[in-house]
Amino acid sequence: MSNAAFVIISILTLAAALAAATLPKLMHAALSFAVMFLGISALFFLLGAEFVGLVQIFIYIGAVAVLIVFTILLTRHDLGKVRGFNWGGGVVPVAVFGGLMWAILKTKSVSIPPPHIQPVTVQRIGELLMTSYVWPLMCVGVLLTTALIGALILVLEEKRE
Amino acid sequence: MTLSILLIVSAALFSVGLLAALSRRHAIFILIGIEMMLAAANINFIAFWRFAPEPAQPLGVMIAIFAIAIAAAEAAVGLAMVIAVYRHFRTTNVDQLNQLKG
Repeated sequence: MSNAAFVIISILTLAAALAAATLPKLMHAALSFAVMFLGISALFFLLGAEFVGLVQIFIYIGAVAVLIVFTILLTRHDLGKVRGFNWGGGVVPVAVFGGLMWAILKTKSVSIPPPHIQPVTVQRIGELLMTSYVWPLMCVGVLLTTALIGALILVLEEKRE
Repeated sequence: MTLSILLIVSAALFSVGLLAALSRRHAIFILIGIEMMLAAANINFIAFWRFAPEPAQPLGVMIAIFAIAIAAAEAAVGLAMVIAVYRHFRTTNVDQLNQLKG
């Protein structure tokens, strides 16, 4: 686990996140959003959670980023008009970040190096999903089906009387 | 690399997501901000799993996988709502959606 890779990935991820939050053009922000999730996946790979990193790439860059681009293109009628950025909303995030930093730096027990642990294999995750976590898995299946049907009903054409 | 540095990165990502959700006037940016905050929470789950002593089950990994699935469902419904609102009001600016204002 190399420190230089961690620093580079963290800076890239945070810069992409900041770009996604502040760039005025929607399409640039959507691309920065994809780069940010690539950085987070790299962080997961570095931490030894390869499966979560792969799932993150598949779902966020493959599905959510494409969905966001589609939504931008479907609502591009007012692309140029919505440029508003309310700097008053910047006070709360700064306060939250300050509070979290204070709490993290005050807690001495979190400044520890990583212990050596066995890597978690995809086989182990599959076994757990089919044994201990079978009820959460079923609930997520029901939730995804409900979300699919709900999204379809939401975008159906309204009836004009 | 210690746990506290990872927690600081995750806190910074959460704050940037909060900034996007609170300051932008475009509905899609608010959804992007919410996704960022969920990703920051996922980093915390994985970090605490990695730095804890060897657990019997990789609980942090499992929670992160379920959180990603739920975030995907949330994004699908949220973007469908943005399209529905755009069809009805011809705008995606959340400041103009004030029909319930007294």
